[in-house]
Amino acid sequence: MKTTPTLGQVLQARGVSRRGFLKYCATTASLLALPPTMVPRIAAALENARRPSVIWLSFQECTGCTESLTRSASPTLEGLIFDSISLDYHHTLQAASGEAAEAARHAAMEENMGSYLVLVDGSIPLGNPGFSTIAGISNYDMLMDTVAGAAAVVAIGSCASFGGIPGAYPNPTGAVSVRDLVTDKPIINVPGCPPIPMVITAVLAQFLTFNQLPELDKLGRPKAFFGQTIHDRCYRRPFYEQGLFAESFDDEGARKGWCLYKLGCKGPITYNACATVKWNQGTSFPIESGHPCLGCSEPDFWDGGGFYKPVSTGDFGSGAALAGAAAAGVALGVAAAAVSRRRQAKTIKEG
Amino acid sequence: MTSLDRIGVQAEPLYGNVTPILYEVAHALDRLLEQAEPTIIDLASLPFAPGELSQLEGVLGTGEIAAELDALGASHIRETAFPGVWWLEHHNTAGEVVGRYLEITRTPQILMSQDADISAGRARLVDQLEGESPDSTNGAGTSAQT
Repeated sequence: MKTTPTLGQVLQARGVSRRGFLKYCATTASLLALPPTMVPRIAAALENARRPSVIWLSFQECTGCTESLTRSASPTLEGLIFDSISLDYHHTLQAASGEAAEAARHAAMEENMGSYLVLVDGSIPLGNPGFSTIAGISNYDMLMDTVAGAAAVVAIGSCASFGGIPGAYPNPTGAVSVRDLVTDKPIINVPGCPPIPMVITAVLAQFLTFNQLPELDKLGRPKAFFGQTIHDRCYRRPFYEQGLFAESFDDEGARKGWCLYKLGCKGPITYNACATVKWNQGTSFPIESGHPCLGCSEPDFWDGGGFYKPVSTGDFGSGAALAGAAAAGVALGVAAAAVSRRRQAKTIKEG
Repeated sequence: MTSLDRIGVQAEPLYGNVTPILYEVAHALDRLLEQAEPTIIDLASLPFAPGELSQLEGVLGTGEIAAELDALGASHIRETAFPGVWWLEHHNTAGEVVGRYLEITRTPQILMSQDADISAGRARLVDQLEGESPDSTNGAGTSAQT
């Protein structure tokens, strides 16, 4: 295996001061949803970390996940590539093409056998190998060949994590997720359509910092980002607790920023970090723009019965899920008047 | 501040996410005074409604000290109107905000000179002194290159 410099050595060679390094560590801690008190430990670990080789495979996808990553603010993609990881293959971003690109992939695999990371965006078609190929290689063959020597696989986006839009009814290509095919490697799912860029980079930063995979939920998602629902962390939650809902996109409730549950918000059943990490360098997220959450980081979100139907009327679950969410609110000590409860119950019942 | 700024315009509805943070700051000041224990609050991890971050910043105000750090992008560090409560904002090289924190401490760690930098600076100084006669050295910022 080739010897690569540590991140501390790379930054020192570039003249980055210790203050700059501490700043980098502070933003990394924030990225990993770790308490700021962890900064010294992160600094010690990062200083001795070596850049992992990363191979990125793109299958049945729209390039939205790569677009998302290139908008990651901290660290910047440029910084991530040059300081934190060695991005050895990504057919959208790399300069090489054709046989040279495939040669780069094989070289990275051989040089880093057993220690490289494979990132996958897009689902894999099983209906016909010709539905999606790269350099004449079917997506299935390329995936299985590449993951054989990997330390772990990160499925980027809902397509790679759960099948996504290609896998939506009637699934004409027989699209499946990475986890449907790879069973002998650790897999981290980072769903979303697209995923939040900071979450993508945070997973890589976690691997780099602690040389271990993050704690995952039952769907293989990092708990640090997918441990709570959008609803749990939504700034409009107080209105839900008061039973105040927007009924249409231009009524008084919409103008006053009330809860979007009745307009189909899937926040109560969607696990993601949009409400806190936000989008576009932390500017806002869909609910802040007045639009309900679509639930894009959940399996089969496209087939859930309508983006603008309340949760209790679609195939996302029953009113019981909402009742559970409401109960959680009480447990958190969020007071609500009895009249609000009645309005809330009425809303769930009516859908 | 212009006279217009003094007019209390409420452009956004109140969601009530600021007051709990202010209580957290008050408790953190207690810990700092009684146990010398600093606290860092990562503002990026908290849900804020539109306008609430500005509201928090406005309530905390501006104190006596403000500092600029130029390392991997600019950082703005200032003590708020409440001594011991510091507002830190880190930017990347593209000028985008990458971190926003409240530090309840006597001096934020990042403002202190770091051992590694002190050591590297000392080495530069020694190199400079050994490479030039003392008479030709006009100041600390003079380049050692000839």
